[in-house]
Amino acid sequence: MDIPICIGQTLLLMLFAPLVSGIIKKIKNNLRMRIGASVFQPYYNLAKLFAKEEVVSHNASWIFRVTPFIVLASSISALLLVPAFVSRISLNSMGDLLLIVFVLALGRFFLALAGLDTGSAFGGMGSSREMFISSLIEPVAVMSIFVVSLNAHSTNPQIISSMPVVAFSSIIAATSLFFVIIAETSRIPVDNQETHLELTMVHEAMVLEYSGRSLALIEIASYIKQIVFFSLIASVIFPWGISSGISIDSLLISIGAYCMKITILCVFISVLEVSAAKMRLFRVVDFASIAFVLSVLGVIISSMGR
Amino acid sequence: MLGWLLFAGFVLSMALVVTVGNALIFLIAWEIMSMISYFLVIFDHTHEKSVKAGIIYIVMTHIGTAFIIASFLILFKYAGSFDFAAFKSASRTIPPNLKHIIFLLLLVGFGTKAGIVPLHIWLPYAHPQAPSHISSIMSGVMIKTAIYGMLRFIVFILGIEGIWWGNLILILALLSCLVGVIYALMEHDLKRLLAYHSVENIGIILLGIGASMVFLKMNLPVLAVLSLCAGLYHLINHAIFKGLLFLCAGAVYKATGTRNIEKLGGLIKMMPWTAAAFLTGSLAISAIPPLNGFVSEWLTLQAFFLGALSSPGGYKVFFSICASLLALTGGLTAACFVKAFGITFLALPRSKGVTEAKEATFSMKFAFVFMMLLTVLFGLAAAFIIKLLVKVSGFIFGLNTEGMNFSINNFSLAIPQSGAYLSTPLIAIVFAAIAGICFLCVHLFAGRSRIGSYNTWDCGYYNLDARTEYTATAFSKPFRIAFNFFLLPYSKTEKIRESFYHVKSFKYEVFTTFIFRRYVYDPIISLVLLAAKQTRKIQAGSIHMYLAYILITILLLIFFYR
Repeated sequence: MDIPICIGQTLLLMLFAPLVSGIIKKIKNNLRMRIGASVFQPYYNLAKLFAKEEVVSHNASWIFRVTPFIVLASSISALLLVPAFVSRISLNSMGDLLLIVFVLALGRFFLALAGLDTGSAFGGMGSSREMFISSLIEPVAVMSIFVVSLNAHSTNPQIISSMPVVAFSSIIAATSLFFVIIAETSRIPVDNQETHLELTMVHEAMVLEYSGRSLALIEIASYIKQIVFFSLIASVIFPWGISSGISIDSLLISIGAYCMKITILCVFISVLEVSAAKMRLFRVVDFASIAFVLSVLGVIISSMGR
Repeated sequence: MLGWLLFAGFVLSMALVVTVGNALIFLIAWEIMSMISYFLVIFDHTHEKSVKAGIIYIVMTHIGTAFIIASFLILFKYAGSFDFAAFKSASRTIPPNLKHIIFLLLLVGFGTKAGIVPLHIWLPYAHPQAPSHISSIMSGVMIKTAIYGMLRFIVFILGIEGIWWGNLILILALLSCLVGVIYALMEHDLKRLLAYHSVENIGIILLGIGASMVFLKMNLPVLAVLSLCAGLYHLINHAIFKGLLFLCAGAVYKATGTRNIEKLGGLIKMMPWTAAAFLTGSLAISAIPPLNGFVSEWLTLQAFFLGALSSPGGYKVFFSICASLLALTGGLTAACFVKAFGITFLALPRSKGVTEAKEATFSMKFAFVFMMLLTVLFGLAAAFIIKLLVKVSGFIFGLNTEGMNFSINNFSLAIPQSGAYLSTPLIAIVFAAIAGICFLCVHLFAGRSRIGSYNTWDCGYYNLDARTEYTATAFSKPFRIAFNFFLLPYSKTEKIRESFYHVKSFKYEVFTTFIFRRYVYDPIISLVLLAAKQTRKIQAGSIHMYLAYILITILLLIFFYR
């Protein structure tokens, strides 16, 4: 019974994953006193990309062709691990919270290889930078997961999300995980999704050679990755309103609370993106260090029992 | 012929090292192993590099052996026999202070062989110079005999005396992890890169072992067994994937005649089997699920988590930091292998030799496929293997492992203390199913794809070639800048001029300062040379002087021992 619901929940989240990006874009544009595109714009883009012809470089090997599917599969596997609406619905027999970090690393590994595959200097630059940023931010992700897991005495996301109270150290862990989200979803100040300027792009440089259907798959994968991280904060660290059983009322409350929390996160991200400037690449070290110190602080506070 | 004899002798001597039950025979076997591996390092003795690497190797390995002999002599003094059983029963009578000294002697002795930082100095020279199949055994198996030595003599025979033993090993292990991977990122010699990763992986193995020693002293037997399992599991896994990677590096070297990855590229088209094998090895070493390297790193992280959970204040923070530094190591390893695989096998060939490369022969391909299968198997059969390793760990610690069960139906790992599950077969199935469904959906709903083939986008510039590709140096540049406090990089620019006005070409080289060599080894070496110079003064060459020395010695002896 649980597994069909888990799959249904994952499909639902996949369906709404692009909408989150659309909402963030809309809020950003409104903050800049512009009207902006519709929140459904990501869907129109995807539809367009699916219909377009794909161009593949002569130099590319099979790595380039299989990467979109691997990246998508790794994002969806990560999504299966996160309980979103009901605290006991996730595929926890497959793995725990730590597995999410490793599964996402699989997609990133192939994406970085695909960046190098076509022999374009842009791709290599993007791969190098992406691996640089992700390797620095990975310890922060593990540390934040440790803090919330220490509070719940378990790394199992279902147990964490059924915790009745949110400890103070978990709030700090959520803050450092927010830093991770910014880096992993290529947001300002680490990266900028909107630019295609050679010197500054990171993620976009890596996928520059992709077009048509493959690009669409990679975009869907990054939307899903974003919702994985958002759900980690919204449902695992702050499980307010999450349903513990399957009944219509509690599910409705849970979905409502989830949407609220996601929207709040979107607002946070948009305000940050509008008000900050992109950092130089080498200052990402400072960014990661701050996040790391914050997560160590989380462990210290957690060890004091708060 | 000689090569085969040495190879056979090498394998036999390693088997002898781990099977004997007497310290004297152990030392003999250890020496045979070291000597044969020295001969294998200088096998290609026409190369000046090989001879130099051999000298560094033999000096370091004998310094290590000297420490091991010293510790055995102390143990012999108490046991009265070289038998392991006698050692073990005598270890109870050794006073604690002496035990600490024996521990340090053994740690330095075996640490030199294992290549833990800062005793790793020989490893990146010696391993790449040996023939590739030997490198794969040296990295995969030989350095593990040192881990065996540590477990046998420190944990099993001596017994853990102080909690600081485990802490010291943990700190050295973290240092090995980070130093190994950072140097590997800077390295562009394919085999030396892999050798640096051996330093890193020894660090990961020792993280498990060091943590288990701490847990044992904290009276947490279940955690001790779990983290020793993680360490031993990584030991086996490293032997598999590092063996595979070295074999691939050897195939690349044989096909192209170079180990410098800046001169390689595009090999995936010429050598598809080698590329697939190297990719599998890279994924395993980067801890990508569901392959074997991932399982052991996950277990190590779990051990640290449980350690943090069940220990008081300061240790909570220490174990969490250990775990996060392990994650950093994992991230940097992934970056390093994206570089190693991407630059070597993808994009366009960077030199002429590469375009004429031929795929490895059948016998080599057979070895690749065998090792690839092992890599996958040891990932998928994790639950079964852990069951076996729990028994081994229990035996090493002398604990009863009756109630310790970390697996369900040989299908998934379950850690009851943290409520966590991990099922590598399920990950593989789910992953394959999702990828398959996505592929089908895309083809069903979006129809047949129209795929055109064209040049890589060149910004309107007319012709991109191998010179415009991203290089390994450029790839590792962000890391070089981020870790410049440790690497102390410097560069040399040389202008090759046709005339004063016209610069024909530039030569730009980047170097890193090896701080352990410069600040630890170089001063020691110059001190030794200085001492040798001073002592030479008493060897003046005059026969009368020497007769006087003899007389003085005899007089002194008579005076002291009359």
